[in-house]
Amino acid sequence: MSVHALRKSASSSFVFVGIGLPIEASAPAYQSHGTEGSHLTNITNTKKAFPVLAVNYEHVRKPFEIALWILLALLMKLGFHLIPRLSAVVPESCLLIVVGLLVGGLIKVIGEEPPVLDSQLFFLCLLPPIILDAGYFLPIRPFTENVGTILVFAVIGTLWNAFFMGGLLYALCQIESVGLSGVDLLACLLFGSIVSAVDPVAVLAVFEEIHINELVHILVFGESLLNDAVTVVLYNLFEEFSKVGTVTVLDVFLGVVCFFVVSLGGVLVGAIYGFLAAFTSRFTSHTRVIEPLFVFLYSYMAYLSSEMFHLSGIMALIACGVVMRPYVEANISHKSYTTIKYFLKMWSSVSETLIFIFLGVSTVAGPHAWNWTFVITTVILCLVSRVLGVIGLTFIINKFRIVKLTKKDQFIVAYGGLRGAIAFSLGYLLSNSHQMRNLFLTAIITVIFFTVFVQGMTIRPLVELLAVKKKKESKPSINEEIHTEFLDHLLTGVEGVCGHYGHYHWKEKLNRFNKTYVKRWLIAGENFKEPELIAFYRKMELKQAIMMVESGQLPSVLPSTISMQNIQPRAIPRVSKKREEEIRRILRANLQNNKQKMRSRSYSRHTLFDADEEDNVSEVRLRKTKMEMERRMSHYLTVPANRESPRPGVRRVRFESDNQVFSADSFPTVHFEQPSPPSTPDAVSLEEEVPKRPSLRADIEGPRGNASDNHQGELDYQRLARCLSDPGPNKDKEDDDPFMSC
Amino acid sequence: MGALQSLPDEPEYRDLSEKTGFSFEQIGILHKRFKQLSHNEDTLRRDDLNTIPDLSCNPIRTQIIEAFFDKRNFHQNGEGTVQEISFEEFLVVMSHFRPPALDMTEEQREIIRREKLRFLFNMHDTDNDGTITLEEYRHVVEELLSRSGALGKETAKGIADAAMLEVASISMGHMEPDEFYEGITFEHFLKILKDIEIETRMNIRFLNMDTTNLCKVNRAYPDCTSLTKYTDKLLESCLWFGFGLL
Repeated sequence: MSVHALRKSASSSFVFVGIGLPIEASAPAYQSHGTEGSHLTNITNTKKAFPVLAVNYEHVRKPFEIALWILLALLMKLGFHLIPRLSAVVPESCLLIVVGLLVGGLIKVIGEEPPVLDSQLFFLCLLPPIILDAGYFLPIRPFTENVGTILVFAVIGTLWNAFFMGGLLYALCQIESVGLSGVDLLACLLFGSIVSAVDPVAVLAVFEEIHINELVHILVFGESLLNDAVTVVLYNLFEEFSKVGTVTVLDVFLGVVCFFVVSLGGVLVGAIYGFLAAFTSRFTSHTRVIEPLFVFLYSYMAYLSSEMFHLSGIMALIACGVVMRPYVEANISHKSYTTIKYFLKMWSSVSETLIFIFLGVSTVAGPHAWNWTFVITTVILCLVSRVLGVIGLTFIINKFRIVKLTKKDQFIVAYGGLRGAIAFSLGYLLSNSHQMRNLFLTAIITVIFFTVFVQGMTIRPLVELLAVKKKKESKPSINEEIHTEFLDHLLTGVEGVCGHYGHYHWKEKLNRFNKTYVKRWLIAGENFKEPELIAFYRKMELKQAIMMVESGQLPSVLPSTISMQNIQPRAIPRVSKKREEEIRRILRANLQNNKQKMRSRSYSRHTLFDADEEDNVSEVRLRKTKMEMERRMSHYLTVPANRESPRPGVRRVRFESDNQVFSADSFPTVHFEQPSPPSTPDAVSLEEEVPKRPSLRADIEGPRGNASDNHQGELDYQRLARCLSDPGPNKDKEDDDPFMSC
Repeated sequence: MGALQSLPDEPEYRDLSEKTGFSFEQIGILHKRFKQLSHNEDTLRRDDLNTIPDLSCNPIRTQIIEAFFDKRNFHQNGEGTVQEISFEEFLVVMSHFRPPALDMTEEQREIIRREKLRFLFNMHDTDNDGTITLEEYRHVVEELLSRSGALGKETAKGIADAAMLEVASISMGHMEPDEFYEGITFEHFLKILKDIEIETRMNIRFLNMDTTNLCKVNRAYPDCTSLTKYTDKLLESCLWFGFGLL
């Protein structure tokens, strides 16, 4: 927003708010001097009374106004969701534009000039958070599976749109009756290139709410992200040339080269910053608090660096997010991950809201030049060229795709090509030397309004009407994960048998390269060896544990009473009650020992300790393990009745609290039922301190080298150990790889 | 069957095409590949598949090779395994990986889905008793993680147990503490995997153009870790890179 315009409006409209501001401290001490100082006042008769309350609005003007606008935007957003029916029918973007129109109108009525969406503010502050949010959380699998299709739509589709529209508009302008014969071809092509690009902000805003199936979503969304390179090149190209006036073949050739430079350069810049961020995150284990900042700053730097070189900033940002994500997530703590997620969502939400509101305000503000024919034709041509482009390209693409795009998919892709604020900002950036600037701006705004309002509002009922496949809301399932990985290997293998190098072959090669060379450098500690399946599994378990803690009880994710005992192979007959009790006592005692050995927590500003959830997680793990052990114990132990009772002192199960590995027994406790063993050991005090990361886990491993003397005792000990650490106490058990803590 | 001709044999190919759904060109190419793998003999043996260098890095290699020799995949209601397969049986196994056509109805898609999932099920159910027991499932996960080194076996057990628990929970709902869940039946298998849209994922591209000449390079590189192998293959596979992306 331009500060100058705001200054005038602020001084008149908002002065009443400024009264609350800097209250200078009252000084009662001075008042006593008032009477006796009367002769002083004669000497310095310009001295005023000491200001108790003063207003200094200028001091805080800029931040105040910015904060106020943001607050307004957020209050509006809040308001929409309080009105029950509204948000179901009208997409939020429309409502925000309407609010912007109202605010703009209000400001105009007061007599001030409403602020216009400043392009620099837009491109440098408002757009990056949205794109980073999109890029960081881009679903990689569908994206890479369809990247060819997305690129075809983005590059060829946008080129087609730009030239088709530009050409036809030029033809239109040649018609005398329109009255626009002064417009030359290059200007029209410039206009075509501005208005042809699908806008990621608008697409996100609308598609977020309709929950369409993954394929179509990633096609439209990916296209809106990747067409930035084309838009940048075309825009710069035509802008340069419309000043000069002529285009040669060399220029066109250079334009094509420029396109590759812009797009690949942007991706390269982003990837470099992404690797830097990943590498930095490898060392942040001692300063967890600032981890999220690295992610944000490196990404922003990638964006700014590529904008500096006139490369595609959006592609840089996407590349940075995509590249850094797997490595950063392997390195950072769970809390940092949550922070990153929420900050990105928050910033992108605020940005989006502000963008739409300003779009509305700018509409009221901006200089307009209306020409019915031109504007209406632009809108119609936008639709027509989009539909033709999608149909034509799909026809070609379907010859190469394994999974073809159906007509419904094509329709949604065509209909979902919304234009938004990027087009407006690019139009606004046009220098005033273009005599058609106002006309172009008006046309752009009309197209944006049309696509956002008409297409945005009707897409949801159309999706319902056409019964387009919706997104499947499925929880992460370990079975699906196993089979996804299984399928990958299977298909790679079958491709190998068939003998040609297809999609899966290259993916496999990339994975192998990633594993052997890249991960080694970018992931902290020994975690790089960990396969994805295990990481997925542990994340799931962590989520379960946290859910358990939050809900305050043992969870039933799937309400069922099925537990491990239902699926384990039929066990040996139950142990005698007395024996069970003794073993339980041993276990309880040893768990208590373990708790006492854990280190105490200390406060530190620079480290985020495992407060709260992580404490509870480990506590919950211990609880789970205990219960699981008991259950197993009762199923697995074969202890003949005539055995001696074990002497508790002999079989001390030793605990080592740091850096030890959970025995595999504790893993399969994902689903749990309410415990119903006869005696619930609750003697363990759960107020004990928890050890510092990464040693979240207590070691409840089998005893090492602690064999007892007598033979019977040894057998007993083995059985006890067996129930603690399946498959038994091997002294040379491999425990090198510490599990990733988060 | 087994005519060693380089030209497609119309009546035989027509028969195969009807049976498996491949086009004549695709059958021709696969036939060439079959002959290459089997050293120009009529039948293919396990050892022939074992020598494919690409497969040697694959963690589930044995299961894949077994699947080719599993009679249950030949669509003839047979059971057990064979020692060698003919080209027809090779094609039938390959046809499980054909993508569905564009204009299929929902019922046809469902049939294809069942067929593909049946193939997967057969791969897991090695003793052919109609259910995937916990042991078999554990074996599957162990094989998947077999390349991940030492921590594989323990965690594999845990993961397999959790997965089994999930299947049981979804399929059975409630069970008494002393009831025993025998194993994953085919219907349960269908149920848990119905969300992964197998008919769109379990496909590979069968080309209509001849690629077998390129496969000669396979023989030259027995191991799968040398970098030079990557670069050479990269050069000759540029042609397929674009297809692969789309």
